[in-house]
Amino acid sequence: MNIDSTIKEGGGNIVIVKYNAGNIQSVLYALERIGVSAIVTDNHEAIKAADKVIFPGVGEASSAMNSLKENNLDAVIKELKQPVLGICVGMQLLCTFSEENDTTCLDILHQPVKLFRPEKNSNIKVPQIGWNTLYDLKSPLMEGLNENSYCYFVHSYFVPLNEYTIATTNYVQPYSAAFHKDNFYGVQFHTEKSSVVGERILKNFIEL
Amino acid sequence: MEQHTNSQGATSPPLGAEGLLQSPFRDGGVGAEGLAKRIIPCLDIRDGRTVKGVNFENIRDAGDPVELGALYAEQGADELVFLDITATVEKRKTLSELVNRIARYINIPFTVGGGVSSVADASVLLKNGADKVSINSAAFRNPQLINDLAKEFGSQFVVLAIDTRLEEDGEWYVYLNGGRIKTEAKTIDWAKQAVDLGAGEILLTSMNHDGTKQGFALDITSVLSDLLSVPIIASGGGGAMPHFVDVFTKGKADAALAASIFHFKEISIPDLKSYLKEQNIHVRI
Repeated sequence: MNIDSTIKEGGGNIVIVKYNAGNIQSVLYALERIGVSAIVTDNHEAIKAADKVIFPGVGEASSAMNSLKENNLDAVIKELKQPVLGICVGMQLLCTFSEENDTTCLDILHQPVKLFRPEKNSNIKVPQIGWNTLYDLKSPLMEGLNENSYCYFVHSYFVPLNEYTIATTNYVQPYSAAFHKDNFYGVQFHTEKSSVVGERILKNFIEL
Repeated sequence: MEQHTNSQGATSPPLGAEGLLQSPFRDGGVGAEGLAKRIIPCLDIRDGRTVKGVNFENIRDAGDPVELGALYAEQGADELVFLDITATVEKRKTLSELVNRIARYINIPFTVGGGVSSVADASVLLKNGADKVSINSAAFRNPQLINDLAKEFGSQFVVLAIDTRLEEDGEWYVYLNGGRIKTEAKTIDWAKQAVDLGAGEILLTSMNHDGTKQGFALDITSVLSDLLSVPIIASGGGGAMPHFVDVFTKGKADAALAASIFHFKEISIPDLKSYLKEQNIHVRI
């Protein structure tokens, strides 16, 4: 797999939003592997001044939203004009509402976040854990990727297909693996754990 | 997709042009068909080094778990499990430093197990970049640990490992302390309770099969897979490539874990995955 994921020249001022949401260290290291340094901060001015903002997330939607609200980060994120990348729960929080503990989210993408509900006796596990494929790829975020590239997913809730979907994945039914609306991007899979494919997507984001 | 040509006229193929990253499963596939079965090498660690003999040529230092893990990742391993068998508490710091190095250099998910008996233990591993922790005897003795970990870090972080043995009465029992202590608990009951408490995956090792290279424990694996809502990682007995076909079909496992067959190069991950693909098992290649 010869994928050039190395950033040749810097990448600007990259900020990772710091809040109570798990895998921030992993995102930082994934950026480091492609030659990008980033700052992890919850400082409003630093986030607003960034060239790119990464909004990661692992865990449960309502506690993640509460953590954002405690530091008024919800208002800050909604007003951002530079490219923003929500990862996993970060993507879900950009939507209107999550069925996970009936959480009101940021409402940047006007979509619900729904629980996978496989048919009984289907033997389909929830959460989905593992490598699944992306197809119907659009947007510069997916530049250089072939249809049916694999990424690593861990989630029980999903964003339905919508007009802003830029990658589709099928689990129980086809859903949005990624979206792009205005300056906001979201990916359901873990770019930081998706081998060279994930690193290429991070590179694409940094180079937007 | 357009091919890019450089000045020498050689083509630079787009990602996945060799079929390496492509799947036959896409729109039109139903249910869980899109999700690949996972192949997971397990590395035993003591005092920060890989134990058991490893036998690799293209690797500088087979004793370095990070280097070996990176090699497996490059070869197509879907995840890695690092099992710390360090005896002493004083050496735990070595583990957190090791986890930090793994997280820094390896671009696939990894689980760390061994000696995790509290939220504080797990928190150190998470902060250093572990994607999951595996818990075993400590969870059996204190089932609340599963609940606490799941609440604090999410179920996706909690892999419950069970060492199990089929006894003469025809039942599978839970064993503790690396298989040294038998309990009266039946594996099915404990696994069900653990999932109810918040375990996100079950790593099931059959002591009857472990080390035999005669194949995985298909019956108990399939029973648990049918019974539980979370993925089952089957471990113990994988010695030949058809065993992996069996564990994914008859055993209904979501993932298969093996150690020595990879370390001793009896089976290479690329060969195994090609074989599985030929047998119509969906794997990430």
